[in-house]
Formats: sequence, C-alpha cells, structure tokens
Amino acid sequence: MTRYQKRKLINRFNMGASVATTLFGLFWLVWLLWTLIINGAGHIDLAVFTQPTPAPGNSGGLSNAIVGSLIVTGVGTLIGAPIGIFAGTYLAEYGRGHKIASVVRFFNDVLLSAPSIILGLFVYEIVVVSMGHFSALAGGIALSLIVIPLTLRITENMMRLVSDQMREAAAALGIPRWLVITRIVYRAALSGIITGVILGIARISGETAPLLFTALNNQFSSYDLFAPIANLPMVIFQYALSPYEDWHHLAWVGAFLITFAILALNILARVVLRPSKSG
Amino acid sequence: MSDIPAEAGSPLHVVRRRAGALGDRLFHGITGLSAILVLAVIIGIAISLLIGAWPALMKFGLGFLTSDSWNPVTNDYGALVAIYGTLVTSLIAMLIAVPVSFGIALFVTELSPRWLRRPISTAIELLAAIPSIIYGMWGLFVFAPFMSNYVQPWLLDTFEHVPLLGSLIAGPPIGIGVFTAGLILAIMVIPFITAVMRDTFEVVPGVLKESSYALGATTWEVVRSVILPYTKTGVVGGIMLGLGRALGETMAVTFVIGNSHNINLGLFYPGNSIAATLANEFTEADGQMYTSALIALGLVLFVITLIVLSLARLLLMRLSAQEGK
Repeated sequence: MTRYQKRKLINRFNMGASVATTLFGLFWLVWLLWTLIINGAGHIDLAVFTQPTPAPGNSGGLSNAIVGSLIVTGVGTLIGAPIGIFAGTYLAEYGRGHKIASVVRFFNDVLLSAPSIILGLFVYEIVVVSMGHFSALAGGIALSLIVIPLTLRITENMMRLVSDQMREAAAALGIPRWLVITRIVYRAALSGIITGVILGIARISGETAPLLFTALNNQFSSYDLFAPIANLPMVIFQYALSPYEDWHHLAWVGAFLITFAILALNILARVVLRPSKSG
Repeated sequence: MSDIPAEAGSPLHVVRRRAGALGDRLFHGITGLSAILVLAVIIGIAISLLIGAWPALMKFGLGFLTSDSWNPVTNDYGALVAIYGTLVTSLIAMLIAVPVSFGIALFVTELSPRWLRRPISTAIELLAAIPSIIYGMWGLFVFAPFMSNYVQPWLLDTFEHVPLLGSLIAGPPIGIGVFTAGLILAIMVIPFITAVMRDTFEVVPGVLKESSYALGATTWEVVRSVILPYTKTGVVGGIMLGLGRALGETMAVTFVIGNSHNINLGLFYPGNSIAATLANEFTEADGQMYTSALIALGLVLFVITLIVLSLARLLLMRLSAQEGK
C-alpha cells in the first residue's frame, strides 16, 4: 500500500467514525423520546389534568402536581429573572473594564454549572432551617439560583451586541444613562433577553434535585407558598420508585408532559431569537 | 411654554437633570447589587456548607475523606465510597463522551452539508434539555434491563479471561450499578462537551485550514495538525466543563447506581455517588451527626466541582483572549 493510499484510508476511517458518533448521539435522543411516547402518551386522559395524585390503587391524575410545578417554576422565574437581567445589565453597561465585573462573570459561570443538589442543600440551610419547614417558596428560591446565572449570561451577551453608537446617539440627546439602558438598549436586546428567560424556565421546570430538600412534595392539593407543594419532578421520582403499576403509568405521563413541554420551550426560544439575528 | 414656573433657582431642565441623576444612581445601585448577589451566593454556599459540615469535620477530621464506613447506627461516617463512586462514574462517562463529542463536533463543523448543521446541532442540544430525572427513569425501566439482558452477559463472557479488563468487567449482571450510571452520565454530558468543541472549532480561521488543504492534506490531517493545536485550550476547557457536570449529576445516577455503601473493583457492582447519597438519605437523616456528615459530603462535592469548573473557565477564558488577539 502506498503512503497516499494509507493516508486516504486513515482519513476515510476517521471521517466514518465522526459520522458514526453523530448517529450514536442522535440514537439516544430518539430512544429516549420514543420510550416517553410509548409509555406516556397512551395514558393521557382528562383525569390527568383534573384530578389530584391518587393513593395506590385509586384512580387519579396529576392536577396538583402540574399546578404546583407551575407555581414553583413561576416563583423561581419571578425571583431569578429580574436579578439575572439586572446583574447582566451591570456587567454589560456599568462594569466594563472593572475588575469586579470579571470576577462576577467568572463565578457566574461556575454557578451556572454547579451541581443543582448543592443549591438545594444551600437553600435548605438558609431558608428551610430558619422557617422550620419545607415550602414552595424555598423550592422557588432554589430554582431561582439556576435562573440567575443563565439569564445573567444571555442578557450580558445580548446587550453587548447592541452597538455603542446607539448609546452615544441617545446620550448626545441628553437622555440620562438609565433611560438609555431601559428604553433603548433593552429594546434592542429584547428578543435575546426573552430567549434567556424562556431557556431559564425550560431549565428549571424539570429540575428535581434542588426541590428534594426545599419544596419536598405534597400528596394533597395545596397551593400555599409557605407549605410543601406537590410538583411534577418529585411526583415522578416518588411514583417511579414505587412498586405500584398505576403509579408507574402516572410517572410516565408526567415524564412525557414535562419533557415535551421543555422541548417546546427550547424550540420557542430558538424561534424568538431568530429574527433578531437576521435583522 | 408659559405654564412652566420659571423660578430662578430651579428651572425645569435642572429639575429634570436631578431626577435623571437620581434615576441613574438608583439603577446603577440596583444592577450593581444584583451582580454582587451572584458573588454572595457562591460565598454563602461555601460558608453554609462549612457550618453545616462542621460537627462531622470536627469529629472525623481528615479521616472523613479516607474512611469507607457509613453507619448511621454507630454514627460512623466516611466519604470514601461516595467519592470513589463519583469519580469512577465520571471517569467512565468521560472515556465515552469525549471521543463521541469530538466526532460530533467534527461532523458538524467540517463534514456536514450546510443545511444539516443546524438541525443536528439543535438535536444534540435537546439531549441537554431533557431533565435529569427523565434519564433516571428511562435508565431504570428501559436501559438497565437492556444492559442486564444483552450487554452485560456478553461483556462478561467476552472479557472473562482477559487479565486486567476481566477484573474490571465483573459483578452481577443486574443492569443496576456503577457501569450503567457511567454510561447514562456519558449521554448526558455529550451535548455540553460537543457545544464547546463545536464553538471552538468554528473560530479556527478559514485561511489556516485552506492553506493546508491546498498543500494536499486530508481532512483528518487538517483536524489533527491545524484545528486541534489551534483549539486545544478550548477543547480541554470543554472536557473539564463536561466533567464538572458529570461529577454533580444527581437524579439520573440516583435511579441506577444501586445505592450500596461498598467499594468493588468490578464495575457491574452497585455503588454510590456523593450526589446520589445526598438525594437518597438527606431528608430521612435523623440525628445531628448524620445530617452533618451528609452536608460534609456536599461540601466535598462543592469543592471538587469548584476546582474543576474554575479550571474549565480559566482555559476557556485563555482561548477567548487568544481569539481577541
């Protein structure tokens, strides 16, 4: 075999491996989604949305868990998104060239990838212990710690894309800086910031680990922010590990709902971002 | 303009400017506080974990890290089993995920037709969007039985008499265990490593690649001699980022690792990881020492991931600095 043939062979082999790994990656996505459709879609009925979680052997649905998940996710977003957006604003506008900004940016990136169970442990220590009991609010706070770094990063990146000429033009008209930021820069970066918030919601709506020690779970329909609350991830966790067949079905339904809701949010986020990129 | 009160001391534009200055100060303050809050959270996590872990750290000292006992009855705790499980599952995950992610990133940036790039990137990113608990449930009900029925018996038969691998690939073929947990972790970190590798491959200047193609290099030779040397900091950073993810992953591992406080060389044996131990035992822990030992485990995990993630970020920052040159 000539040297040329050998080089070509190595190239072909490695490129083949590259295609194979791509198929390997896609294979798992298909297998996972297929499992969810097979096991989850068939058991969806009206009762899932109208009845609360049942005792073993009884019929029931997931209504309290669905509402609970919406509440906890909502609290997490309402606390986390404004803080993340403001902090991102600081880094993009006021913090330019400051040492503190690069320190914040560094630790924000660390927080972004920190194990979520550690965040749960932290909120348990500062909120649950001082309140004396688990609560929906504590769960929301734990989730907000995931939303903050995500929205911060995207907000900063998007605001940096806004050209300085626009800021200078506004400043030349004598507009105070905070109005330049809130009325002009925010408007220009709006689709990016919304994308960040949507991705934040998508990220936290399936998170289980931070809720283990904070929101806990509730078998009953409770919508009290200061009491433990039912939520889909915890119900899935509890029901999947139970020995009861009908609880398994409900866990699969919950898994199906949560995954496809998150996939929809992710696709929505990409749709929102697209026009600003081309325009 | 006749209705504007024209006092000498404060004409309207001065009042307006004062309001603007006040707004500026307020807005600057609010955004600055939010930014400081991020630092406060990181420091707060470290302090609260340290306080919570203090009783256990005082009682066991550094021996906590090297002791393999975990006994709530006699209140004797050590972190070795959980640390071992965390490291071994992450190692298995990285051994699989790194080459696979490299292959995918290569395909997306160099081989794929242009129209296929976006769909494939998006599909791989969706793997990261699926919640951890879904991986866990799928792992327990679908993947573990598949492993125990087909993959593990075959592996056991094949490697039974191979000297070194034979003692690693051993244990009950029940599907639940360290090996399965590592495989699922691999699938979960692939999208993270792929995304970083893809982004760093994209910053390689086209001129460099074209020059070597013009000299007659094959695609693989361009990858090995041009792209990889140019992006090595970014690639290593991406790998570290994936490692940080794998180390702290909780729910998926909790479902399939088997929750056993024993160390076995065989990878098919059930084991435990730090995050899984916390998820399984924290809410049921009674007694101050038990809780404190669990928080100490959390502290160990926090310190390990903090180091790994900081390294990852430093490497990635070096890459973007190089890019700016």
